[in-house]
Amino acid sequence: MRGVAEGRVELSREIADEMYFCLACRACESACPAGVRYGHLVETMRSEVDRRGARSWRARLRERLLLRHVVGVPRNLRFAAGLLRAYQRSGFERVVRNSGILRAFPRLARAAESLPPLPDPFRPPILVPARGTRRGRVALFSGCIMSEMFAGVNEATVRVLSRNGFEVEIPPRQGCCGALQSHSGDLDAAEKLARRNRSAFRLDGVDAVVVNSAGCGACMRDRADELGHAVRDVSEFLVDAGLEQPSAHIYARVAYDDPCHLLHGQKVSEQPRALLRAIPGLELFDLPGAAECCGAAGIYSLTHPEMSGRLLERKVEALRRTKPDYLATGNPGCILQLKRGISEAKLAIQVVHPVELLDRAYGG
Amino acid sequence: MVEAGSPPDEIFLDRLRQLRGVERVLAQPAELFPYEADGLTLLRGRPVAVVFPRDREAVVAIVEVCNAAGRAFVPRGSGTGLSGGATPVDGCVIIECACMNRVLAVDAVGNTATVQPGVINAQLSEHVAPLGLYYAPDPSSQSACTIGGNIAENSGGPHTLKYGTTSPHVLELEVVLPDGSLVQLGRRDGHCAGYDLRGAFVGSEGTLGIVTQAVVRLVALPETVCTMLAPFPTLVEACRAVSAVIGAGIVPAALELLDDRTIDAVEASVFAAGYPRDARAVLLVELDGRKCAVEHEREQVEALARSHGALEVRVAKDSAERLALWRGRKGAFGAMGRIAPDLYVHDAVVPRTRLPEVVEAINSAAEQRGVRLANILHAGDGNLHPNISFDRRNSEELEKVRELGAEILRICVAAGGVLSGEHGIGVEKRDYMHLLFDEADLVPMRWLHDSFDPEDRCNPGKVVPAPRACTESNPKHRGYAKVEF
Repeated sequence: MRGVAEGRVELSREIADEMYFCLACRACESACPAGVRYGHLVETMRSEVDRRGARSWRARLRERLLLRHVVGVPRNLRFAAGLLRAYQRSGFERVVRNSGILRAFPRLARAAESLPPLPDPFRPPILVPARGTRRGRVALFSGCIMSEMFAGVNEATVRVLSRNGFEVEIPPRQGCCGALQSHSGDLDAAEKLARRNRSAFRLDGVDAVVVNSAGCGACMRDRADELGHAVRDVSEFLVDAGLEQPSAHIYARVAYDDPCHLLHGQKVSEQPRALLRAIPGLELFDLPGAAECCGAAGIYSLTHPEMSGRLLERKVEALRRTKPDYLATGNPGCILQLKRGISEAKLAIQVVHPVELLDRAYGG
Repeated sequence: MVEAGSPPDEIFLDRLRQLRGVERVLAQPAELFPYEADGLTLLRGRPVAVVFPRDREAVVAIVEVCNAAGRAFVPRGSGTGLSGGATPVDGCVIIECACMNRVLAVDAVGNTATVQPGVINAQLSEHVAPLGLYYAPDPSSQSACTIGGNIAENSGGPHTLKYGTTSPHVLELEVVLPDGSLVQLGRRDGHCAGYDLRGAFVGSEGTLGIVTQAVVRLVALPETVCTMLAPFPTLVEACRAVSAVIGAGIVPAALELLDDRTIDAVEASVFAAGYPRDARAVLLVELDGRKCAVEHEREQVEALARSHGALEVRVAKDSAERLALWRGRKGAFGAMGRIAPDLYVHDAVVPRTRLPEVVEAINSAAEQRGVRLANILHAGDGNLHPNISFDRRNSEELEKVRELGAEILRICVAAGGVLSGEHGIGVEKRDYMHLLFDEADLVPMRWLHDSFDPEDRCNPGKVVPAPRACTESNPKHRGYAKVEF
């Protein structure tokens, strides 16, 4: 990178590909004594790669289409998710799968298989009151993918916050955080999305902006603007505020796996574990290699399926060895990736967000 | 010989690529870029290729191909060296030993390990830990540096005080000489007859040949290890405490000193170890051995530290705390990256008792020039590491850093010290050998060099300066401009 920045090395296709080969898991940031912000460097470099057109235009076009025009625009994402839901529920999916048509489009097939059945989307009220003694007010960042594919996690998050005495405001005009866009070097699109969220969230009278997706939280915090400073991961917020003791038991062995962008991106590792330990009956352990990336890494599993698969295989191996009932991790990309790994390996392990288990222990 | 810097022809590169046992050949400009310097980033050169051999036969073959083409070759490990020992000369081939990274055998009775040169220092210790053994020399870069590189540089480390540098830990070497012949130096039982060529080779900085296999000594893990931290209100008091400890006949495993600027950098980093930020210096003392002896020495050291002005003496309670104290010390060089993008880790030795005045003199020389400098000392053996932070894009600052480097050497030599404690001479200090040796002393060194490498192909231009008259008439001697620090 330095060689390119100083004009001593040509920004060739090889270097461009190398830049996109990195997971941007940011484990190096946690290890770096000099405090180099590599995640920031690699995003800047990727943006430069695309500005100079050093990468294949097809890969770039594909990403831009998906990230700018589908993920980045709530209306379009809602439409796409609606289509997908209809496709899955009408039985047409089974017809297509059985027909073998997908074998002609391996990439598409892979993407399609990685998607679990979509639940109904998250369409919350604007304000959910606190239950019991009111301790404060928070705003929930509901996320784009989280809203369309993980409505259950969002609903659990709202219930858990409310149960802990927090009034939850869900600003209606919010949208995608821009994390995927900035990881892929599309800094302009990311900035535009950030601007929308800045105007959607009113921060006065709010204790924190609670985020339950590690990737989104890290991205928003990295911007270091007023909104970013207010961001707290849901586990971090609850545990730091003092968690109400759940009464119901969950007798299960639960492995915790650190999402990179929670562990390295936000330096949050203790609170999600504490949150899970608070559940009576639950036996918590760290998945061996918990601090290593699962290979999801945003859209890495789509752009670099082979490398991503090798990383996933290590997680599956650890799961096979330790056989937990649940695998808990707080990021949508990781959940999808691990779910796919587990279903391919035919293991009977459920992947959950930590707040889902807490919600259940509260009787949600 | 090929003109320095002349472009490689494809035939030459293909010949390298086709050799058996060659893992990879890098020749693209972008691929070569990271190999332009080692840990001494002040000096750079441009190799034409980087070749990764997997075994001794491949090394021999590479050397033969280079010799036939008249190209110089430079052996390299992980490139963590700090005196430019692996700095390429323009147009050379770098022989990168990273793929020769296997521990071939461990003899748990004779306490030796047979290793390839690319084995990482810390990984060797990890590998033999289940047998209750470890490899004692521990440079701060031990998580990255290779045994081959350690042998070339005769590397030291914090524990050199008690266990010595690399040389006493190397028993037998298999070496490819610059003409391509394969020889054995030394013997695994440690006995040797005739000239001690093993001794001459260790620390020859890659100028006499390339190690392809080594038998090294392993040491039994000590029964007890006790690590202490003692902060002091002044650097002078800390230095006096060091002398007092050694004077009392105690040989700590390590006796390290960090100054306030180093403490600041470490405490701001991921290696924060709880060094008190209000102290002007901290001593890190490690004792190891039998439990009863360590306990006795701990009391002595504690009393001596207190009587010499220590603000407190903290003893690590468990191995986690002990490791945290060491992580801070060993990560200190990395933490300097918080101060500026480039770091020049200097290295010199002075008699232990002269440390206070020498450090004062170095600090004021840095202040005069407005250069940022922090000190880490292997205080027990009088070894100084002034760390100079700079930005190499700032040419004015670069000039001042060079000046300061030279001034530090003059200060140390004037105080009865030598040019290097453990980093080697390399290119960094080659032209300052005259401060220590007169012309007559250098002659046998040249003889030794020339009898191994008469054509001057193997890592040329390192360690021994050219005869005076020659350097003056030909500043480009051996591919380098005259190096000034």
